[in-house]
Amino acid sequence: MKIVALNGLLGYGYSEEALNLAFSEKVDYLGVDAGSTDPGPYYLGSGKSFTDRGAVKRDLTLALPKALEHKAPFIIGTAGGAGSELHVRWLKDILLEIATEEKLSFKLGTVLSDVRTEYVLEKLDGGKMIDMSSEFPADRSAIKDSVRIVSQVGIAPIIELLKKGADVIICGRACDTAIYAAPCIYEGFNEGLSFHMAKIMECGAMCSEPVAAADVMQGYIYDEYFELRPANPVRRCTVDRVAAHTLYEQSNPYLIYEPDGVCDLTNSRFEQVDERTVRVSGSVFREAEEKTLKLEGVKCSGFRTICPATIYDSETVKNIDLIIKTVTDFVKENTQNTLPKDSYTINFKLSGGVDSSLGIIMDIVGKTQEIADTVCALARSRMLHCDYDGRKSTAGNLAFPFSPSDIHVGEVYEFSVFHLVKVDSLLETAQITTEVVGK
Amino acid sequence: MKKLIDYTKILRSKNAGPLFITFDLIFNTKEDMEYVEKRLRKEEIARVYDVKENAIDIISYGVVNSIKITFPRKNISGSLEDSDIYGCQQHMPLANILI
Repeated sequence: MKIVALNGLLGYGYSEEALNLAFSEKVDYLGVDAGSTDPGPYYLGSGKSFTDRGAVKRDLTLALPKALEHKAPFIIGTAGGAGSELHVRWLKDILLEIATEEKLSFKLGTVLSDVRTEYVLEKLDGGKMIDMSSEFPADRSAIKDSVRIVSQVGIAPIIELLKKGADVIICGRACDTAIYAAPCIYEGFNEGLSFHMAKIMECGAMCSEPVAAADVMQGYIYDEYFELRPANPVRRCTVDRVAAHTLYEQSNPYLIYEPDGVCDLTNSRFEQVDERTVRVSGSVFREAEEKTLKLEGVKCSGFRTICPATIYDSETVKNIDLIIKTVTDFVKENTQNTLPKDSYTINFKLSGGVDSSLGIIMDIVGKTQEIADTVCALARSRMLHCDYDGRKSTAGNLAFPFSPSDIHVGEVYEFSVFHLVKVDSLLETAQITTEVVGK
Repeated sequence: MKKLIDYTKILRSKNAGPLFITFDLIFNTKEDMEYVEKRLRKEEIARVYDVKENAIDIISYGVVNSIKITFPRKNISGSLEDSDIYGCQQHMPLANILI
């Protein structure tokens, strides 16, 4: 069976020629990952995509007609970057626009994986919530403050939609591997091989030389092994690249954790079949006794105003700790009667500074944008003119690159939930729907 | 004594999810990997990153002559105190450890 990965992230682009080459032979499934938590909590909170609409539309416009022509179900994971209902709607809107423009008709399957606050609190109270890091224990008030929480679904809901005959599947927050493992397991292939292949393919042509997340990868799965070969003839898969891939962004290179269980690569074998193709065998899947889903939630922490500046004077740089303390105390004193307690935080984000100039971002997050503005203005003016022993450059301590010097960044989100929950069914958070598009 | 980075072909840091930071050290030869493996101490990593020693995982991945180091981020990605959302510029304290 042949499965094609469009690229490592929908909207990052790929070579059109590589796509045509991939589809010059029969393709059974097409997939693409559309999301990641890498860009941080903002996108889940704001409901915005971190990928560009125009770029996403380009990537889909070329690929969608090919998938339909080959009757290859097209699976898109973690729509809109963060995979909430808002993100799924955003991506669906683009797909419908393409369908109208290109006069396409297909059965669209959708998986939503948002969860309610009450669901998470029930898990917490029922002792079914598991911390992933000792530094980030589950917290009742953080759960309650969450503006949006999604669950990272695995292969189960995608398989449900394949059973229903979906031609295109838009998935909310999903494990990256589920996109490629679901069709393989649905077709009856070995789970260990399916998950291992999926883990490599979800990054597009990242496992090839020259490396590229922004290009097409081809996977061929058989009963005893799978093979990977980039579609673009300028790239090749090598044993080193393919084997090294499970190091990337993973805490353990031998184990891939999934909602269904764990894929163990301890006995995986990697062989160079020809100049551009690598064969992998021996990966084993062990089903978990207790099934878990990962939840990701964010809360709004306020509104940000920043002021970037540079100190070039080496004497000023040497006194930075004193200056920061002076500024912090000054702001505290000057706001104690006018601003509510705990209504802002200041962080001085410094870069460089040892025997060189020092970059500073005064980073203020206030309960309101006005509070952040007030605090930023006080901090900036105090720092500009802060005195210290032996100061010669008495005109000002800071080089501002911009006028205005202070910048509104807007609402700020932080992760409030990033935990596993024990589930009775791997479908319990998924809302599955199908509809016919076009005609 | 050389800096750790001078033994490696690739030395990088990256989030392993927003709660963890992971470091990949890839070596040209098995000998280099084993040489470093024997001498790299958790105690030293704990010191330069100000984390608890027992929170640090070190796993050798001989298939590609590499060592992986993972520990929880103190400031998780995107928290108000964080200065590196992707965690991909956290490797220099490790790179400068003398071996």
